Amino acid sequence: MSSTTAILTSDDHRSDESHLLSYPRFLKRILYLATEGSFGFYAWMTALTAVTLVGANAWANQVAGGMIGTNMTDHVSWGLYIANFTFCVGLAAGGVMMVIPAYLYDDEDMHKVVIVGETVAIAAIVMCTLSVIVDLGRPDRFWHMIPGLGEFNWPMSMLTWDVIVLNGYLLINLHVVGYLLYMRYLGRKPDPKWYIPFVFLSIFWAISIHTVTAFLYCGLGGRPFWNTALLAPRFLASAFVSGPAFIILVMRVMRLTTGYTAPVGPARTLIQIIRVAMVVNLVMLASEIFTLFYTGGGHASAANYLFFGAHGHNGLVPWIWSAIALNLLGTFLFFLPSAMERSTVRIVACLCCIVGIWIEKGMGLIIPGFIPSTLHEIVEYTPSLIEWKVTLGIWAFGMLILTVLIKLVTSVFTGQVSSKEPTAMS
Amino acid sequence: MTTTNDPPAKGQDGRDRSLPVIANPSRRTAVKGAFATLGAAAFVAAVSPLRQAAQRSSAAEFMQSHYKRLTDEEKRQVIERLEAEAKENHGVEVEIADDRPIPGTKFVYAINLSVCNGNGKCVEACHKENNHDRSTGQSYIRVLEMPKGTMDMEQGNTTYSGVVPKDDKFYLPVQCQQCDEPPCVDVCPVKATWKEEDGIVVVDYNWCIGCRYCEAACPYHARRFNWKQAEIPAEEINPDQSYLSNRIRPVGVVEKCTYCLHRTRRGKLPACLEACPTGARVFGNILDPDSNIRWILENKRVYILKEELGTKPAFFYYFD
Repeated sequence: MSSTTAILTSDDHRSDESHLLSYPRFLKRILYLATEGSFGFYAWMTALTAVTLVGANAWANQVAGGMIGTNMTDHVSWGLYIANFTFCVGLAAGGVMMVIPAYLYDDEDMHKVVIVGETVAIAAIVMCTLSVIVDLGRPDRFWHMIPGLGEFNWPMSMLTWDVIVLNGYLLINLHVVGYLLYMRYLGRKPDPKWYIPFVFLSIFWAISIHTVTAFLYCGLGGRPFWNTALLAPRFLASAFVSGPAFIILVMRVMRLTTGYTAPVGPARTLIQIIRVAMVVNLVMLASEIFTLFYTGGGHASAANYLFFGAHGHNGLVPWIWSAIALNLLGTFLFFLPSAMERSTVRIVACLCCIVGIWIEKGMGLIIPGFIPSTLHEIVEYTPSLIEWKVTLGIWAFGMLILTVLIKLVTSVFTGQVSSKEPTAMS
Repeated sequence: MTTTNDPPAKGQDGRDRSLPVIANPSRRTAVKGAFATLGAAAFVAAVSPLRQAAQRSSAAEFMQSHYKRLTDEEKRQVIERLEAEAKENHGVEVEIADDRPIPGTKFVYAINLSVCNGNGKCVEACHKENNHDRSTGQSYIRVLEMPKGTMDMEQGNTTYSGVVPKDDKFYLPVQCQQCDEPPCVDVCPVKATWKEEDGIVVVDYNWCIGCRYCEAACPYHARRFNWKQAEIPAEEINPDQSYLSNRIRPVGVVEKCTYCLHRTRRGKLPACLEACPTGARVFGNILDPDSNIRWILENKRVYILKEELGTKPAFFYYFD
C-alpha cells in the first residue's frame, strides 16, 4: 500500500480550483488507491469478485430460465432474496446508532469513527437494492417503477415508499461520506451547513427505512403472522443489534489490516446500545410468543409451524431454534465484562447476534408468513442452489464495495492521499 | 479517525509483504489492467445467459407503455405483435381482442355449497380455457375438501382424492373474489393491476414487473406467478383470447382469474360455470334486478370468505 502513494498524491491542486474539477480528481485518486494493497488484499478482492461472478451467473441463468430455478412457489412466493433484503435494511439502519451518539450527544470519539457506520449503510443499501432486483420476475421492466417514466403507485403501495426511503438514505449517506472525505482531502474544516442538516435528516431517515420495510409486511391483513403492530418496533430493535455488531466487526478488521486503531470508546458505546436493544428485542419476542400461543387459534398456526412444526412438516424448526439459541448466547456474551475489551468474546458475540438476527428476520419471519398459505395449505420452502449463489454473490459484492469504501476512508483519514501535502511513506 | 501506531507496522507479521510484481509501480499498473480486463471478460461471460432472455423479448415489447396509456392505434399494434408472437412461439393462429366492460354491469359470482360435490371440473375447465402451463397443471381455482361442521379452512384439504362427494365432507371452491377493496391492487408498485368498471380485477401482463407483492397481499390465494414460460401443445391452445385475460402470458409476471372476461363481456358465461355438472355456480350482473344472482343474494343464506378482512368480495357462497 505504501510504495506508490507518492505518485497518487502529486501536488496538483490549486486552491482556487473549481470543485467541479477537483472533486472528480479526488474520486479518481482515491479509487485508484483503493485498488492498491498487499497480497492479502488482492486475494480478498479476487475471492469476492469470484463469488460475485458466480452470483451474477446464477442470476443470469435465473432470468434466462425463469424463476422456476428458485424454490419459491405460488404458496411461498417470497424466499431467501426478500429475507436477505429485510436483514440488509436493518444493517443499513443500524449505522444510525453511531450517528446519534456522535451528533446528538457530541461523543467526540464516536465522531471520529461515525463515517464507518455510514459506509456500512451505503454497502448495505446496495445489497438491499440488489436483493429486490434479483427477486423481480421481469428485471427488464425495472423502468416501470421510475416516477415520470413509468407508473409509480405512490402513496398507496408501501413498496414505492420503500423505494423512496432506501434511495434517499443511500443519497444522504453518499453525500455525507463524500463531503467529509473530500474536505479532509482538501485539508479544510468541513462546513457544518453542508453536512449537519443531512446528518440529522439521516437519523430520521434511518428509522424510516426499517419502519417502512416492516410496513411492507405488517399492513397485509391476509397474513396474520406479519399483521402485528410489534413488527416495526421489533425490526428496529434487532437492527440496532445487527448494525452495531457488524460495525464492530468492521472496525476490528480495519485494526488488523490497515494497522490503525479506533479509540476504545465507540465500540463500548455500541455494545451498551446492543445490550439494551437486544434485551428489548427479546422481550418483544416473548410478548409476541405469549400473545400467539396463549390466544391460540388461526393466528398461531404459522407460529406453531415455525416453532414446533405442523402436520408432519417442520422445515423451519431447526432455523428458528438456532436463531433463538444464537441470540441468547450472543446476548449473554455481550453482557460479560470481557465484551467491553478488545476480546474474542466480543467478536463471537457479534457473530452470534448477526447470524441469529439474519435467521430471525428472514427464514424465521418472511417464510413463515406464507406457511400455512392463505388457504391454510402447508407447502414448505428451502432455498435452491441458485438462490444461495445469488445471495452469496450479493453479499460478496456488498463486501467488495465496503472494502473499497473503508480503504478510501482510511487512506484519506491517515493522510495517505491529500491535495495538500504528498506523504510518501516508502 | 485517529492513527495510534504511525507509521503502520509492516512486514514483521507478513501482512503487507508484497509480491515482487506488486512492488513495481509500472508493472503493477499493467498487471492491474490485465486483471481488470480479465474481470470484465469474466463478468460478460457470467451474465451471457441474459442474451437468451433478451432474444425472447423485442424492443417494441420493452418500450410498450401501460395499457391505460395506449392509444387505439398503439393497442392495435401491440395486439398484432402478440398475435405474431403466438404464431412464432406456439405455432398457432390466435385472435386477441380488447374486451372492455359493458356499461351498467357489475359481475358477481355465487356458489351453492349445498350442491357442489368437489368433482373438480371447474378447475380443469379453467386450466384449458385460460391457456395455463400444462406441466404445472395450473388453474385459478382451488377446491378445499372440508369436514362438515366447520368453516375453518385450516380443517380443509386441497389435495383430496377418491370418489366424491364423501359423506362427511363438503366442498369449497376458491378463486379470485374480485374484491371491491382489493389489497392486491393497493400494493402493486407500478399500477400493473386494477379494478375495472364491471368489478373485474385485471393485470396488464406486459406492465407487471413480477415483484409478487400482490401474491403476498391476496388473502384468497387467487394470484399465480409465471415461474416458467407456459408450454401448451398447439392444438390445445384456446385461440379465443383477450389482452387482459387468457392470452398466453409472458414468463415472470403475475396472473389471475378474470371471470373469463373474454367470454363474459361478450355475453357468455365463465368456463368454470359451463363446466360445472352440478349447477352449483351462478354468475351474473348484480345491477340487473331480474337476474338469478340478484334473487339468490336476496333470498339465500349467503356467506362471504374472510369477511372480517374488509376486502368486500364480489364472490358469494350460499346454502339451500
